[in-house]
Amino acid sequence: MIRLFACLSFAFFMLLAAPVHAQTAPDKVLDIKAFTTPAGIKVWLVEDHSIPVISLNFSFEGGLAHDPEGKPGVARLVSILLDEGAENMDSQAFQAKMTDNAISMGFTAGRDAFFGELRTITDNRALAFDLLRAALTAPRFDEDAIERMKNANAAQIKRDMGDPAWLSARTFNGVMFEGHPYALPGYGNLASMQKITKKDLINFTRAQFSRDVLQVALAGDITAAEATTLIDRTFGGLPAKGVTIEGRDITPQYPGKTILLPLDTPQTYIAIGAPGIPRADNDWHAAVVMNYILGGGSFDSWLMTEVREKRGLTYGIYSSLQSMKHAAISQISLSSSNEHAAEALSIIRAQLKRMAENGPTEQELKDAKAYLTGSLMLELTSTGDIAGVLNGLQRDDMDAEYINRRNAMLNAITLADVRRVAKRLLKTDQLTTVLVGKPDNVKADIMLDKPPGMAQPETK
Amino acid sequence: MRLFGCFFLLAFLTCAALPAAAAEKLFNAESMTLQNGMKVVVIPNHRAPVVTHMVWYKFGAADEQPGKSGIAHFLEHLMFKGTPKVPDGQFSRIVKKLGGNDNAFTTQDYTAYYQNVPLASLETVMRMEADRMKNLTLREEEVASERQVIIEERRQRVDNQPQARFQEQMMSALFVNHPYGLPVIGWLHEMRELTREDAFDYYNEWYAPNNAILIVSGDITLEKLKPLAEKYYGSIPAQTLPERTRTRPAPIVAAQRLVMEDPRIGQPVLMKIWRVPRGNDALSVLAEILGGTSTARLYKNLVVNKKLAISVGASYDPMSLNETTFSIYATPTPGTSIAALEAALAQEVAHVLAKGVTLEELNSAKSRSRASMSYYLDSLQGPAIIFGRALASGFSIDYVENRLIRLEKLTIDDIAAAARLVFQSMDMPVTGLLLPQDKAPPAADKGAVE
Repeated sequence: MIRLFACLSFAFFMLLAAPVHAQTAPDKVLDIKAFTTPAGIKVWLVEDHSIPVISLNFSFEGGLAHDPEGKPGVARLVSILLDEGAENMDSQAFQAKMTDNAISMGFTAGRDAFFGELRTITDNRALAFDLLRAALTAPRFDEDAIERMKNANAAQIKRDMGDPAWLSARTFNGVMFEGHPYALPGYGNLASMQKITKKDLINFTRAQFSRDVLQVALAGDITAAEATTLIDRTFGGLPAKGVTIEGRDITPQYPGKTILLPLDTPQTYIAIGAPGIPRADNDWHAAVVMNYILGGGSFDSWLMTEVREKRGLTYGIYSSLQSMKHAAISQISLSSSNEHAAEALSIIRAQLKRMAENGPTEQELKDAKAYLTGSLMLELTSTGDIAGVLNGLQRDDMDAEYINRRNAMLNAITLADVRRVAKRLLKTDQLTTVLVGKPDNVKADIMLDKPPGMAQPETK
Repeated sequence: MRLFGCFFLLAFLTCAALPAAAAEKLFNAESMTLQNGMKVVVIPNHRAPVVTHMVWYKFGAADEQPGKSGIAHFLEHLMFKGTPKVPDGQFSRIVKKLGGNDNAFTTQDYTAYYQNVPLASLETVMRMEADRMKNLTLREEEVASERQVIIEERRQRVDNQPQARFQEQMMSALFVNHPYGLPVIGWLHEMRELTREDAFDYYNEWYAPNNAILIVSGDITLEKLKPLAEKYYGSIPAQTLPERTRTRPAPIVAAQRLVMEDPRIGQPVLMKIWRVPRGNDALSVLAEILGGTSTARLYKNLVVNKKLAISVGASYDPMSLNETTFSIYATPTPGTSIAALEAALAQEVAHVLAKGVTLEELNSAKSRSRASMSYYLDSLQGPAIIFGRALASGFSIDYVENRLIRLEKLTIDDIAAAARLVFQSMDMPVTGLLLPQDKAPPAADKGAVE
């Protein structure tokens, strides 16, 4: 569930990417200071001294790619164990330092990167960064903490297994990326929770936490000079180089097929996948505009209008673009009553066809640009938002001035650009359709009996 | 709510349970009342040229008549359909064109509409929001398709989720003879019968400036907002409002135990919910000390030390027009019986009743509050929601602003009294057990045709 969430919000961020700031020159969206510290760490900083809060977001390239063969869930366990004790502090001691000082620290294992976040008030910054240093360089991985977090993660997996929205996302990922690490469950499964050892966790941190794959973004009440000192004190002790995993690219599997996981629920969850567009592609911005018009979150997107507003077949329907290191996909998701699922599917296909053949109108293009450019400043109203977006842009290989050019790039998109990219992306005979539920009148090419990748523990 | 996206609201409830402040006011909100009785609150925040514009109506699901469950939420959806000046669902389209986002949400006590927009577009959204306060038009077919949407919403968010269905049952048991016992989204069989006329009846009765609160946060001051508020909202005449009378909840003299087994429950959960007074700071602190953090008592004792639970927590939401809830939930570790977990919880309750909390625990909670104060300011919409919830639930601006001052004054005796207020309440708690079921559900269940 969280992984899906991260994925969705990532896609969302790419659509809307960009912050705004009070202390920025009027012609600039954002004033980003980009620099490399003496320890060789790449840092982006947006200073804002109006409120005594500092937010830090960072990423190590790698993430779930470092999960060992047959043991999905290692990166996930590390992400929930790093703040469970470090150096001479056991779990409760470490947690008490954070809660008593209103410091929040969190980690997420993503498909292509391991993410971290730290938020502190200015007065407590030295302690906050020092706790982060301890967590990254000297996590304890005490046996009882491992046991506790394994139990918590297993409990989450069991809860997820009963959640149709999660089952839909799990099945979608398992099907779309079959045979690739992207198909594996990031939280692991009940079998892998039994197999993972303390050694696996230690190996993961050694392979993953190194300065060569690290990117750091900061926003808030801190100067560049002080950021340099704190960042090097925090991350400078990590090795210069870690283990790099090359990986291979994958395109969506099962094109043109409908896959059903039967589930006894009143609604069918529908997830439709297709090839997408890489972030570095010249037509990326045209695709962002096209996706917004098709189903990118507005109440009057084509899909929302046709499936929800006119016919009441769903509570919400969305399309998104997801650009990952080894795959680029587009996705449409919704849930609809079992008796309406077939109708919803045929309307979606008709809308995709219409977009591919006719494209949007001049007015729709104009409106989409107005939203995508105008909403830029709404995306960043807190230091946490700003730091998160900065780190996303760093990972997308953008330069620090990209954000100030972005609106001009979007405004330059023409109707011909959108039509070209729609024709290229939206091929209705290439869709991978994944259904979870009991849909009426839908013929599935493949029936599954369980969600992919969710191995059960061997019976003792 | 009209659409997801408001989940941060839930996150906020927890934070709102313990906001903070120095000896000064938290937000320095400015306020006034228009001549027609509409309350106006401004929370200045000049970090970026953007604003959150919200209108809160003091009308929620608990104000519905029997048999009309879900009408407040249905009306919220229908408010986006149109007026003569902004017809055909153009409201949200215009907001998007302005580079803004809009949505709405409904609870038991209020219905709120909001737009986050660049400052330059504030006047446009004020004009449109004021317009739809009185000029809603609805075509029969719009009502029919939107009724389908709310039914799909119920299926997605409640009927698909055993936990959500169980939650409805728990609230029914707890709020006997009180409308909080009915779900905000409505019972399915009643939702199906809601009509265009029902929507207009409630709209005409409750949607009026003297029943509304305007809240704007962001790059604005009251001085600048006032002329716009007077122009758009001030020109709408006040009207006689229905009396907001609600039945009082009946005493709960028997301990109730609700059990739900479902094959889709992967993990057993034990819950205990008490009906308690609203707006009680000591109860907030008690919830925080017992189960608000990973160093809280219940977590330390049951999860870390005794290893009886995988997760455990306590919560209290003070913002409510009538009585509210204090709840504890726990998930047992593999091999721990529900009975053992329940006994351990009972032991913790007995302990806090006998010994109260320590001065150290209380001081730590207070210092956490002080330290986290700045985070409330590091947000555009957050403060607007805090004020909206408080005012729509009948609390004052000062109540929000002075929260930290009140918290600072709390003593360990106050917390001990709060523990007695909950755990020795004359109203028995409702205990809930959500359990995995290995076998398939009975055939009758499968045949339930919608």
